[in-house]
Amino acid sequence: MSGQDKPAKIYALHLAVLAALFALNFVLPAYYHGLMARILVLAVFAMGYNVLFGYAGLLSLGHAMFFAAGMYGAGLGVVHFGLGVPLAFVSGLACGAVLSVVIGLLALRTSGVAFMIVTMMFAQVFALSLIYFAAWTGGDQGLVIPQTARMLNFGAVALDLTDPTVRYMTALALCAVALFMTAALVRSRHGRVLVAIRENEERTKMLGYDTFANKLVAVTVSGTISAAAGAAFALLFGYVGANFAGVQYSILPLLWVLLGGAATTLGPLLGTLVMYVVTDTASSFTSAWLLIVGVVLILLVLFFPKGILGTLRARWLGWLP
Amino acid sequence: MIDPLLVTKGLTRRFGGLKAVDGVDFTLMPGEIRAVIGPNGAGKTTFVSMVCGRILPSSGAILFDGADITDMPAHRRVRLGIAYTFQITSVFPNLSVYDNVALPVQRTMGDGRAPHADVMTALDKVGLADRAAMQAGQLAYGHQRLLEVAMGLALKPRLLILDEPTQGLSDAEIEDFVRLVRTVAEDATVLLIEHNMPLVMQLADRITVFDAGRVLAEGTPEQIRADAAVQAAYLGTGAGEAA
Amino acid sequence: MAFGPHLLLAVLEGLVTAAVLSLTALGLSLVFGVMRIVNVAHGEFFMLGAVLAWAVANALGGHPALGFVAALVIAPLIVGAVAWLAERLVLSRLKYNPESTIVATIGLLYVIQQLALTFYGPEARPVAPPFSYRLSLPWFGYSAYKLSIIAAAALLLIATWLVLTRTKIGLTMRATQYDSETAQAFGIPVGRVYAGVFALGAMLAALAAVLIVPISQAHYLMGQDPLLLSFIVVIIGGLGSLRGTVVAAVLIGVSDGVVSMFFSPTLAKMIATLAVALVLVFRPQGLFGTAPR
Repeated sequence: MSGQDKPAKIYALHLAVLAALFALNFVLPAYYHGLMARILVLAVFAMGYNVLFGYAGLLSLGHAMFFAAGMYGAGLGVVHFGLGVPLAFVSGLACGAVLSVVIGLLALRTSGVAFMIVTMMFAQVFALSLIYFAAWTGGDQGLVIPQTARMLNFGAVALDLTDPTVRYMTALALCAVALFMTAALVRSRHGRVLVAIRENEERTKMLGYDTFANKLVAVTVSGTISAAAGAAFALLFGYVGANFAGVQYSILPLLWVLLGGAATTLGPLLGTLVMYVVTDTASSFTSAWLLIVGVVLILLVLFFPKGILGTLRARWLGWLP
Repeated sequence: MIDPLLVTKGLTRRFGGLKAVDGVDFTLMPGEIRAVIGPNGAGKTTFVSMVCGRILPSSGAILFDGADITDMPAHRRVRLGIAYTFQITSVFPNLSVYDNVALPVQRTMGDGRAPHADVMTALDKVGLADRAAMQAGQLAYGHQRLLEVAMGLALKPRLLILDEPTQGLSDAEIEDFVRLVRTVAEDATVLLIEHNMPLVMQLADRITVFDAGRVLAEGTPEQIRADAAVQAAYLGTGAGEAA
Repeated sequence: MAFGPHLLLAVLEGLVTAAVLSLTALGLSLVFGVMRIVNVAHGEFFMLGAVLAWAVANALGGHPALGFVAALVIAPLIVGAVAWLAERLVLSRLKYNPESTIVATIGLLYVIQQLALTFYGPEARPVAPPFSYRLSLPWFGYSAYKLSIIAAAALLLIATWLVLTRTKIGLTMRATQYDSETAQAFGIPVGRVYAGVFALGAMLAALAAVLIVPISQAHYLMGQDPLLLSFIVVIIGGLGSLRGTVVAAVLIGVSDGVVSMFFSPTLAKMIATLAVALVLVFRPQGLFGTAPR
């Protein structure tokens, strides 16, 4: 971000990561292949979260509502209105964007702890409304999106999103788009302003920036990226469920971002991956995965607040974006 | 006749029962270097905070270039050309020196242009160009003050408010600073809160003396030096110490 | 049943909820008031109290009253000890930074919840009430135990109030709340006060849980609702105000009782949560102290 940064090196790193993920498609065994597709989609959720938490410094405890808005926006579009895959995805994005603008306008009137509590409460209201309007949403049971509806038609070419390779590549493409979008954002003027707001909002105001408007943009971008992840999740994995709107799915992106490194472009992806590897490894000898989540959270804030990439950047690799 | 750049009418701010600023009428002409002096707690910082919009007045009005800005949010006043540099150094310590200046520079520029050249020019002006890549928090204190001024300048202000800018600077640094303010005053109006009396006498075109939230006196440095009331209240000469 | 008696029943049920809620919320409010931190794991201390009450009563056997009284003493003590440890080992090292503390207490929430699931299991288990006398009202019979919960909660609230206002412990706490640095300078062991307050807050939640467990069963996920409701009570009642907490708890408890008797509980919860979130948005200053950050 400074005048002395190394754009070539940065883009090479991002491309290398994506190339490695592309190569994984051909070598991963079936189980891990499916898991990795899931991780890629959830990493997009984490990247969205990182825009708000990492760069703008706003800790939301309600991001599950944006993920779920995308998920239900897409899923209900397919189930109730017979939307095709592209339109359903757009519908998910639109739901996330609208919801995040509304929530941003309200919640940004508060700051600090009050912001955390308020976002948590709005998310709770959203989750409860999914259960209350069960006739539409399937309530606790959720809805299954039929396999026949998960086809992507480009003229003569039909892509079946239930096919593992198609699914993996779609997830990877989304992940790549989100990654380059956040990388571009943090190098942009707007990204610089967000970091300034995180560091000292009062001072940023006195440089002539409308900090409220900038934060609102951050909430909207963050919420919409999260919604994109939710919509992709619904379309790729064929399921829409109220548990994705629960508190746990607001905490998880926080955990992934903290673990990988807040305010690093690759941190969310790394954090999501590492957390899944850890819980997956641990699940072979214990079912207590919540315990792992809890312990990792506590250890992170106690001993490792910058996360993996944040620590690397502070110690050795100053150029890391 | 030239119109004044800044006018306040009956500007008042209460904190609880205390009137920190009490009915201040104040006029500032364009191109002036104006110093505001007064004992601690006289209401100087509260006064300029109302001018730049960090604090809203309890009553009274503020006019900038003829327009009423009393209720305007701070960031919009900055866009009109009122820049404020903080009394307590308030750079972004975790950002690079470059980014600290890039923030105000990119705001004043149109879209599509890269801020790089302007940032380096602004840093050059205060002599920090060779430290652009450093974290601002690692600069020496005097350099942080200069960076603060560079950030103010980068806003291309019409009115630059400096709140005790020389506090904690060495004599050599103060000399550099005087030169800098003189350059700034070529295209901007400067409003300066300062305790360093020799500096004020040397730099200011006019001086406004605050005491207990009110304007006690106003005039050229010579007039202020000669004013008995000022001497009693502030300069501490003669019988003034008790007041 | 006619509308009048139906409403009376709803109000009685609401008062029981309010009694338990005011104790739980008071714990949360004390911790926020003195330490300026939000304890997201508060509901888990509540749950832990209930689960431990079952464990104690089950281990002792004999007359239900014996197990219950033992639980009333032992469960809060254990919960208090857990909270004390958590405060010393984790929160104190975070220097009470509000955001880190929230993340850490979220971690604590998951740890406690998972441990409860592992060692106690997913079942909901009842604890026998200490006595099972039923009052016969003209329209319906009502459990005397439920009424005694209201009385017990009232007594505990008065006791807490006396401790806070009339004892040296209370004075120390208030001094720390007012200005922890000055308190430190006057020789008050601020770290120990914080640990004590955190433990006390957890114990109040545990006590509330022991009182309610004979009528609502112990379950490892039972901490979520008390946490949310306590937040609501604390926000509406104003922080650190014992009277505000009790008034808000009665308000929320009774309206919850009445509303959920006539409407869907999900809808009731939705509306209540939304209302409180909006209160926080539009009137944050009066509800979260002077400086929310």
